[in-house]
Amino acid sequence: MNALDVEALSVRVSQKRLLDEVSFNVAPGETIAIIGPNGAGKSTLLRALSGEIAPSGGAVRLQGRPPQAWHPRDLALRRAVLSQHVSVTFPFTVAEVVRMGAGERRGAAIDARVDAALAAVDLDGFQDRIINTLSGGEQQRVHFARVNLQLACGEEANGPGILLLDEPTASLDLRHQLDLVSVAKQCAARGTTTIAIVHDLNLAALIAERVIVLAQGRVAADGTPMETINDETLSRVFGVASAVGRVPEQATPFVLPHRAERHGR
Amino acid sequence: MSDVSPATLPVRPAAAPAGMRLRALLAGPLLFPLLVALLLVTVLAAMAVGGAGIPLARIPAALGLAHPIDAAIADRDRLVLLSVRLPRIAMAVIIGALLAASGAIMQGLFRNPLADPALVGVSSGGALAAAATIVIGDRLTGQALPFAILPLAAFAGSLVTTALLQRLASRGRATSIAIFLLAGLAIAALAGAGIGLLVFVADDRQLRDITFWMLGSLGGATWEKAALIAPFLAVLFAAIPFIGRGLDFLVLGETEAFHMGVAVERLKRIAIVLIAAMTGAAVAFAGVVGFVGIVVPHLLRLVIGPGHRRLLPASTLFGAALLLAADTAARSIAAPAEVPIGVLTALFGAPFFLMLLLRQRGLAGL
Repeated sequence: MNALDVEALSVRVSQKRLLDEVSFNVAPGETIAIIGPNGAGKSTLLRALSGEIAPSGGAVRLQGRPPQAWHPRDLALRRAVLSQHVSVTFPFTVAEVVRMGAGERRGAAIDARVDAALAAVDLDGFQDRIINTLSGGEQQRVHFARVNLQLACGEEANGPGILLLDEPTASLDLRHQLDLVSVAKQCAARGTTTIAIVHDLNLAALIAERVIVLAQGRVAADGTPMETINDETLSRVFGVASAVGRVPEQATPFVLPHRAERHGR
Repeated sequence: MSDVSPATLPVRPAAAPAGMRLRALLAGPLLFPLLVALLLVTVLAAMAVGGAGIPLARIPAALGLAHPIDAAIADRDRLVLLSVRLPRIAMAVIIGALLAASGAIMQGLFRNPLADPALVGVSSGGALAAAATIVIGDRLTGQALPFAILPLAAFAGSLVTTALLQRLASRGRATSIAIFLLAGLAIAALAGAGIGLLVFVADDRQLRDITFWMLGSLGGATWEKAALIAPFLAVLFAAIPFIGRGLDFLVLGETEAFHMGVAVERLKRIAIVLIAAMTGAAVAFAGVVGFVGIVVPHLLRLVIGPGHRRLLPASTLFGAALLLAADTAARSIAAPAEVPIGVLTALFGAPFFLMLLLRQRGLAGL
C-alpha cells in the first residue's frame, strides 16, 4: 500500500482554484521535497495531505483511506505535521509542549523520550523554560521535537508514519538547519515517509530523493533532483535564469540564480 | 542562543533553589489540600460573620456537633445558619466555582488570557434572556413564572452569545484577540440596550427583579436554588477529563490541535455549551458577576502553569473561596445594607484586568 495516493486533487476556495488536478503517489519511506514559486499551492497541498482541508475534487488517500475518514486521534498516529509558525499563548514549559506529541500517554518512559527528542534538536536543558521566552528558531526546534515524539509514538502503534514539513528550516540558522536535516534523515532511515515544502532549491536537492515542482496549482515536474532542478524548469517555473551545476561525484544539482527573466508575475 | 552551550544555562534563573522547591510543592502535591483548606476557612468565616454574629466557638453547638451551653442561643444560631447563612454560602461556593471554571474554559477555547464571560457579553446575553423572560412571561401569563425557567432562559441567552462570539472572533484560520474583545464589547452593549428597553416597559415589581440581574447579588439564596445549580458543577467535573487535554492542545492553535489528534470541532462545541451552561446558571441566580473568571485562572496559572486538567479543578476551588469571601464582605461592610456583589467584584477585578491588558498589549495587538 502506498503511504499517500493523490488522484486528480483539486482544491477551490471561493471560486479560486488553488490546486488543479494534482496527481502523484508516494511509496512508504520516500523523501520528497515540494518546490515552486509563491502562490503555487504548496501549502494548500500540504494541508490537503494532512487532512486539514477536504478536496473539492479528486481524492487524497493516506495509507489507503481519505484523511477525513480517520478519527483525528488515529490520523495523528499515522502522520505528523510541522507548521511554519506556531504561537503558544499560555506559558507552557518546553517539556510540556514536547510532551503533547505523546497525546494522552504519560509517565517516566514518555519523560525520557521528551528529553531525547529535545537533545536531538540541541535543546538539552531547556525542559523547564517557558516556551514563549525562547527565540523563534528555538521555538521551531521545540515544535520539531514535539512532532518527532508524535511520529515515534505513532511508529510504535502502526509502524513508520508520514512526516509533513512546511518550510521547516525557514527560521533556523545554518547549523540547526543541518541538524534538522539529519534528524529528518534518521526518520527516513527508519522508514518514515517525509514530504517537505522547501524554498531553498539547494536544500531540496540535498535532502530529497524526489522533487515535485508545483506551479499555478499543477504539477510542473516530478522526478529526481537531477531531472527536476535544471535550467529549463527553473526558467519555466520560477522565471529565473540560472546556472545549475553538479556537485562532483554526487548526483546532486546546485543552483546559482543570476537574474530574473520576467517581472510582474 | 545557539552560541551558548544549553547545558550551562540556568533553568529558571530568577528563582532561588529554596523558592523553587516551595513553588514546586505549591504547584504539586500541596495544591489541592491548600485550596480545600482555604475554602473551609472561608466557609467558617462566612458562617460567623453577619448581622447576627455567631462566634466560631458557638458554631459546633449550633450545628448539633457539640453539646450546647445555652440551648436557646444554640437554637437561634441554628436557625440563622440553616435558613439564611448556609444556603447563601452554598450558592456563593457553587457560583464562584462555575464562574471561575467558565472563565478558564473560555480563555482556553479562545486562546486568550483576557476572556471573561461577563466582560465579553456572555453574561449580559444570559441576563437579557432572563429579563425578557421576566417581563414578557409576566405579560403573557399574567403571573410570576416558576424560577426554574430562568436558568433555562439564561442558558439559552448565554449559548447564543457564546456561539455568536465564536463566529465573529474566528473568521478564517486565526482568532484575533483584539477582534474578540471588541466584538464582546459590542455584544455586551447590545444586550445592555435590550435590557434597557425591557426596563423601559417593565412595571415596578419586574423592575426590581431586573435591577437584581444587572447588579448581581446572592441575596435571596435558598436551598432550592442551591440544589438547582449544583448539577452544573457535577457536569463540569464530569467534563474535565474529556476537555482538559484537548484545551491544552488548543493553546497551540486549532490546526496544531487537529494535527495532534484532537477532534477540534467537537471539543469546541462541548466547550461552548459548558461555558454557556455554567455562565447561564450563575447569571440566573446571582446576576452578572464579573472578573471572577479572569482573576482566578490567571493567579492560578502563575503558580501551577496553564495545564487545564489541574487548572480547571483548582479554579473551581479558588473561585468558590474568592466569591464566598467577596459575598461575605458585600453583606457585612455596610451592614445591615448590602453592597451588590457584582459591584464589589468589578471594583477589584477591573483594575486587575487593566493591569493584565497593559502587560499583554503585544499579544492583543492593540
